[in-house]
Amino acid sequence: MIHWIIAPVILPALLAPIIAFVMRHDITLARVTSILGTVLLLAIAIGLTILAAGGETNVYRLGDWPAPFGIVLVLDRLSALMVLLTAILALIVLIHAVATGWDARGRHFHALFQFQLMGICGAFLTGDAFNLFVFFEVLLIASYGLMIHSGGRERMRAGVQYVVMNLAGSTLFLFALGTLYASTGTLNIADLAVRISQIPVEEAALVRVAAMLLMVVFAVKAALFPVQFWLPATYSNAPAPVAALFAIMTKVGAYAILRLHTTAFGPGLPATEGMAGAWLFPAAIVTIAIGAFGVLGARRLMPLIAFSVVGSMGTLFIAVAVFSPDATTAALYYIVHSTFAAACLFLIADLVIARRTEDRLTTMPPIAQNGLFAALFFAAAIGMAGLPPLSGFLGKLLVLDALRVPGLMGWAWTAVLAGSLLTIVGFARAGSTLFWKPSAVVANASGTVVVPGEVVRPATSVTPAEVAPSIAALATLAALSIFAGPVSAYLDATSAQLFNRTGYVSAVLNPVEEN
Amino acid sequence: MEFIIASAIGVLTAGGTYLILRLRTFPVILGLALLSYAVNVFLFASGRLAIDMAPILSKYGDPSYTDPLPQALVLTAIVISFGMTAVLVLIGLGAFLEAESDRIDMDRGESDSDQNKDAAQ
Repeated sequence: MIHWIIAPVILPALLAPIIAFVMRHDITLARVTSILGTVLLLAIAIGLTILAAGGETNVYRLGDWPAPFGIVLVLDRLSALMVLLTAILALIVLIHAVATGWDARGRHFHALFQFQLMGICGAFLTGDAFNLFVFFEVLLIASYGLMIHSGGRERMRAGVQYVVMNLAGSTLFLFALGTLYASTGTLNIADLAVRISQIPVEEAALVRVAAMLLMVVFAVKAALFPVQFWLPATYSNAPAPVAALFAIMTKVGAYAILRLHTTAFGPGLPATEGMAGAWLFPAAIVTIAIGAFGVLGARRLMPLIAFSVVGSMGTLFIAVAVFSPDATTAALYYIVHSTFAAACLFLIADLVIARRTEDRLTTMPPIAQNGLFAALFFAAAIGMAGLPPLSGFLGKLLVLDALRVPGLMGWAWTAVLAGSLLTIVGFARAGSTLFWKPSAVVANASGTVVVPGEVVRPATSVTPAEVAPSIAALATLAALSIFAGPVSAYLDATSAQLFNRTGYVSAVLNPVEEN
Repeated sequence: MEFIIASAIGVLTAGGTYLILRLRTFPVILGLALLSYAVNVFLFASGRLAIDMAPILSKYGDPSYTDPLPQALVLTAIVISFGMTAVLVLIGLGAFLEAESDRIDMDRGESDSDQNKDAAQ
């Protein structure tokens, strides 16, 4: 057993209480510790990705209890990829939060941030369905704190809705797990795969109910129609760096569906054949439509970006719903792309809103360094809408290519292409209102517009540290596009490993003793 | 006993579902509490109902025992739902003090309609 597998969970779990108890009065110390911890997490994640790239499914047995009885963590290419994605995103967001001073506008930002990382990494690594629930709760309880960070009227009210929504989702998760345990007698994912493959079709009703309940729970996390309505209110009222970090939270839902509904309730098992895809596909189509019209109709910048996140989740789930290795490769590429694209937009929006002092899409006198922000927003919007040369174009191309399935192609292509068009129009309108039209407006005498409520910062020019994280996120999109060949080769291997159910099961249940 | 357990879960779930659809924070919190009671009993029953049996295998050859795993799951679920309810009460209280209203939907006032989609749910 390689003990590094549990390091992405242990490291933030140890750092968070230390930051909360020892460094709560010293923001500088907390910042340094938090950033160092996240850099270390990134190093560990890179190491784990190299380890997993060999193609072996590494299993970590907690307490060395054998698999169906003890809890296991499983590191394969997919979980390593997601942990790496989390670590890169976390570092970008954290540097932004420190540079713009967001972390000092409320208490315990860094402790909550580390707890959030612990929950996300744990959810990606665990090989046990109940343990997945526990890590979901860890990441959620940290996200409640981050969501209402720095307070404010609208934010607190949106926070209550967010918490209620997720508590209802957690209850549903427990109902699903109870049903699953009652019908199969296990909650280990590999063991579930074995038991479910032995259940004859006529006795599979309870397992099918459990699989559908789990899908609804993960759809809530992934903001899929008809349970997407919490996302725009939450993301647009959360602090912008937190919204950027939340870009990975919707992917936790997507990851859980990919993991459980291919490995445990997979395609090819008689008990659950074709069930998840049949529901996911129409839901994904409607989600794209909601996202696109939301972008078109938004009157504020943050909801606009939040709706574009909804739309990107729809595009992602169109590819997931096919449940074939090719389509999963496309979905994985789109997961990586859309995480950085959404985060990048939220970070840039934060810089812009801090200078405009509000996020309504109205024409105001131009902000300082109007051209710089216009260029950044333009690039990020290109990434999100899926125009060349950034990775959104390649991601959507892969999705369209994977969707050349008779019967699905017409719907999927129409939805993705029309959705992209509407998103482009929406972003173009927002960009021209924010950056282009203001250059025709002459600043009034005082030159500043002050809106009560949010902390108002003077419209000073941006420091390199403030803008560096946004540029780094854009650079990741460019790198994804430039290195699309090697990346998609890795993702091909990832989805092949994901669909190799027997490999996963035998690695977990029949480990080869090496020490 | 099966009937009592099943109807208890059903009644708790129905009451909880009704309450979380209310418009004010306090009934919603009560509803979530009822739902978590329902799911705890449900989890407990998922290991089959058994009376007067130990959750360990007897070394005297008596094969009857009750499944210990759901009891462990329930314990975890109780702890988590208790903590979450406490967090929700505090956030709800914070929102009430900030907004001077305990309605759970967002205003239809000066802010735009994007946030108000939830009110329709």
